[in-house]
Amino acid sequence: MNTFAELTIVFIILLNLALAVSGSLSVCIRLAAVQGVAAGLLPLLAAGGVRGRAMAFAGFIILLKGVVFPWLMFRAREKTGARRDVDPLIGYPASIMLCLGAFAASSWLGSRLPLPHSSVAYIVPASLATIFTGFLLITTRAKAITQVLGYLVIENGIYIFGLALFVEQPLMVELAILLDVFVAVFVMGIAIFHISREFDHIDTDQMAELTDWHRPEDAKW
Amino acid sequence: METIKPLIQYLAVLCLSPLLLGIINRVKAWFAGRRGSPLLQLYFDLYKLSYKTSVYSRTTTWLFRAGPIIGLGAILCALAALPFAGRPGFLAFDGDFIFLIYLLGLARFFTVLAALDTGSSFEGMGASREIQFAVFAEPAFFLSLAALSKATGRLSLSGMFLALEPASWQAAAPALLLLTAALFIILLAENSRVPVDDPNTHLELTMVHEVMVLDHGGPDLGFILYGAALKLWFFGALIASAVLPRHSGSWLYDGLAFLAMMAVIAAGIGVVESVMARLRMIKVQYLLMAALVFSVLALLFQTGR
Repeated sequence: MNTFAELTIVFIILLNLALAVSGSLSVCIRLAAVQGVAAGLLPLLAAGGVRGRAMAFAGFIILLKGVVFPWLMFRAREKTGARRDVDPLIGYPASIMLCLGAFAASSWLGSRLPLPHSSVAYIVPASLATIFTGFLLITTRAKAITQVLGYLVIENGIYIFGLALFVEQPLMVELAILLDVFVAVFVMGIAIFHISREFDHIDTDQMAELTDWHRPEDAKW
Repeated sequence: METIKPLIQYLAVLCLSPLLLGIINRVKAWFAGRRGSPLLQLYFDLYKLSYKTSVYSRTTTWLFRAGPIIGLGAILCALAALPFAGRPGFLAFDGDFIFLIYLLGLARFFTVLAALDTGSSFEGMGASREIQFAVFAEPAFFLSLAALSKATGRLSLSGMFLALEPASWQAAAPALLLLTAALFIILLAENSRVPVDDPNTHLELTMVHEVMVLDHGGPDLGFILYGAALKLWFFGALIASAVLPRHSGSWLYDGLAFLAMMAVIAAGIGVVESVMARLRMIKVQYLLMAALVFSVLALLFQTGR
């Protein structure tokens, strides 16, 4: 049983790398959704036995992360008319190397953190690497919508980290976090829509200055 | 009997490896709805090439003549250390996997030198691409063997595959799965199969491996083709040994299962070649980077355990 859980962990790590290297926005949204579903299945695989409450909870998470979030993201993308690519600020090879380095660093960190012993190896490094991938998406991609995506990936990582600590106690806590994320994605979708209506683009690089005055060499839009 | 078994295995490898390319071509023909070339086509080609005379350009030096011979010699030497159906090759020693990697590197280096020696711009281009792919494929190969060494705790290639058991697949499934995937991508890249390079292409601009050997003819070309078949066997045998860890103890039974697995792998390559197109030259390095990532992850999984 734990073999399947470990294979799921590997799958999640590979999805991190795919997120770092994928250039298409819709592919990225789908990858994050698949990662959320894999993370939602993880407690069922790790616990061994299947109980009603855990089942219902996992079903709720999979529904939210696999259906609702991607739907909201695709809706935001349609409304803003965002172009199809993700506009990375650093190259894809550099992104993938950073991700690998993050995984190496998190496996070192995971071996030093005083956490209760988990039956599934590599939960902690995988979760830390997922959180790092989310940060990477937020910091190195120019569009506002990719930053929401990075936020979702961080949430996936936090969820997996929660699994390392307990297997089913934090249901209520996790539920509260999920609702927060849900509201946040909703609000961010609306905010992105307003930004794009106001400025005709969602490139955050060009929003560094809060002023009406544009230098002539910056006047790209 | 025990002393000549490794020799029989070695001879079997030498005789059977051209058959793999025949199987690949038959599978591809079957997918395309053609009859395809005979299963033994490469044997006929090798025989035909063996009684022709080589033609050498006056601008070439000894490097051009040495390339095919050293390439074939290196791979022959590497096969002697390769395990066959879980039984060690007769050249196996501790740390031989590093020796094998360097032998393959030597073969590649001399093929590239011979290509550059002709002074043809097409061959120089092919040589440059070959090295460009090797930059990712070689570290990926090295790291996947290192991960395997870490997973089994042995230093010799034969020892690694001997120590690999069904139980180790249960204990270290993620790492073994990752490194098998990495080895398969490396097999496709090193043997210039489809997503990386098309062995059937006849346009110099798009060739990678084939363009490097354009100026070779006669027995020299035979050496190169035979060396390529042996190299395909080499990488196929690594994968077959990794996914076939159960050893019954019977030499004949193990050997037959291993040969069947080799045929399955060749058919698998044929399927991959039939269902996917060649990648754009820019995208190839991402595929090879994926192999590198797989092997690094496999190694990390094993070291953290």
